[in-house]
Amino acid sequence: MLEGILIGLTTALSIKNLMMVVGGCLVGTFIGMLPGLGPMSIIAIMIPVAIGIGDPSAALILLAGVYYGAIFGGSTSSILINAPGVASTVATSFDGYPLARQGKAGKALTVAAISSFFGGTVGAILLMIFAPALASVALLFHSAEYFALMVVGLSAIAAFAGSGQIGKAFLMTVLGLIMATVGEGALFNLPRFTMGVMDLQSGFSFITLAMAMFALPEALYLVLDPKRSNNETHGDQIKDLRITKDEAKAITPVIGRQSIQGFLIGVLPGAGATIASFLGYAVERNIASPEEQKKFGKGSVKGLAAPESANNAACTGSFVPLLTLGIPGSGTTAILLGALIALNVSPGPRLMVDQPDIFWAVIISMYIGNVILLILNLPLIPYIAKVLAIPRNYLIPFILFFTMMGAYIGQNNATELLILVGMGVCATILRFANFPLPPLLIGFILGSMLEDNFSRSMQLYDGAQFIWERPMTLGLLILAALLMVLPSLRARRKQRSKP
Amino acid sequence: MTLERWISLILLLICLVYGYTAFFTMDATLPPFMQRNPVWPSTFPKLLAVLGVVSSLAVLLNAEKTTWKPGENDIDYRRLGDYKIGQAIALLVLMVVYALTLRPLGFIGSTTLFLVLGAALLGERNFKVLIPVAVTSTLVVWWLVQQVLGIFLRPLPFFLGT
Repeated sequence: MLEGILIGLTTALSIKNLMMVVGGCLVGTFIGMLPGLGPMSIIAIMIPVAIGIGDPSAALILLAGVYYGAIFGGSTSSILINAPGVASTVATSFDGYPLARQGKAGKALTVAAISSFFGGTVGAILLMIFAPALASVALLFHSAEYFALMVVGLSAIAAFAGSGQIGKAFLMTVLGLIMATVGEGALFNLPRFTMGVMDLQSGFSFITLAMAMFALPEALYLVLDPKRSNNETHGDQIKDLRITKDEAKAITPVIGRQSIQGFLIGVLPGAGATIASFLGYAVERNIASPEEQKKFGKGSVKGLAAPESANNAACTGSFVPLLTLGIPGSGTTAILLGALIALNVSPGPRLMVDQPDIFWAVIISMYIGNVILLILNLPLIPYIAKVLAIPRNYLIPFILFFTMMGAYIGQNNATELLILVGMGVCATILRFANFPLPPLLIGFILGSMLEDNFSRSMQLYDGAQFIWERPMTLGLLILAALLMVLPSLRARRKQRSKP
Repeated sequence: MTLERWISLILLLICLVYGYTAFFTMDATLPPFMQRNPVWPSTFPKLLAVLGVVSSLAVLLNAEKTTWKPGENDIDYRRLGDYKIGQAIALLVLMVVYALTLRPLGFIGSTTLFLVLGAALLGERNFKVLIPVAVTSTLVVWWLVQQVLGIFLRPLPFFLGT
């Protein structure tokens, strides 16, 4: 292994490859900030450039840089304008945006950058040590376990159920799951609940729904109540990057735990960064003290560090099945697989033996990519955070414009914009009555995966007996039930004990 | 009746219609070979319909007990008149107009108009700054999306070609 690391270091540290990482990180960060352009689309756009380079190591190093940059760029729009452009950064906005609203945008971006750095770095170390062993464990997960894992992911909704609000959070989740059934499912190939509307044939678009649930209601709230956009009062605090000693102490164990948990979830093909971020958020909230639990969703640094480190570690984890088995575990790694094949590299168990320079160069470039991303982004944060200091009259039309661009670019369809406005108005009305919107989006994101794995298990087992016949499935389902029920029981007990 | 109750009533109706479709109409068009499967396209929706009806009923019946009151950072929908509701509606109308004019007017024209009118609606009157800012940012975004990323956005109105 040591020899491999040395080969990787020599390749990755050449001037040309270092420039590739820097270029990739910069391109990824800036394009990733646009809602609607996630890592997958940016990597797809960069493939012709990568193939044009010709040298597989340099091309892969460029793409890995773009990947990391895009993930960080996506978190920026979640934190600053509550517009999560990709599913894996939805959980980042739960606490990142409230922090930015309190005038701590600089701090929020720094916590995100540091958590991403550690998540990515721990992921890369684990990838180096455990890749071959983990690849075989990942194959033990079948549809039944994936179904149970999605249910555990859904338990993140408990975090949005304030006292007496569990019913509302649950109802919103079911509504999200219902919305996910609209359109042609992957398994049945039959249009369902489309009401004869052609535009609904492929279902609701994630990006439109995310913009309608988060960014649009927030922009409308800023219009309705001008006091909310009181950016003058925060002054230089927005640009302040400093994290206090207490905050650093609080997020260190969170980052450690979530980097490992996120990596392990990322290794499972199909689970990926989205589940890792939701689960990371749910787990950290459940193990936090009651006082800290109250802060979740209102600007907790722990609530921001958890999904950020988990999703970065999961992204690195998704390279395990790609590099060792040739199985793409997510959409992004599927595109990377395409790029690898186009570059005459065939990933699989032989890659480590036949082309060790490429295998190790990619892993080493992940470390370097993370370090460079941190060095590049920390000085940029004060300038990025200053977006929030733009006067309200300019900021709001621009937020609305980027919200619409996010929905439009993905589909190239103006009807999508009308759906966005309609759903945005509904979401605002739901928010008026304090119906939590994140559970709806969580339900929508996990819905199709949940149904596909549920149906596949039902077909394989000719019924629902897979639930009790597979111990891991049963264990995960019990864990999900506990994660959902325990917080409300705890709250009820506390209410009773009050005089 | 509170807004909470109205919303849960509407959601209950949606779940009932969804459930009716799942239970009574969806399976009619199922090809015979699929009917032997243990799971049908309607299986999961049926489960969701039941869960949806139960949870919306729970919220509907429980809404009065856990009356939620808007906090300092929330908007009190009972006093919407005190907020800038006119501006919000005008901006929503502007978004609809933007969606409808994006193709016929072209990206550059409709986006510049949206940004200028949007800011003007919010009270911006310094057009000497506003118009150049709107035009420049529209051109930058168009250049980035179309020229760099290769995603087609028709720049000019329909009568001036594609």
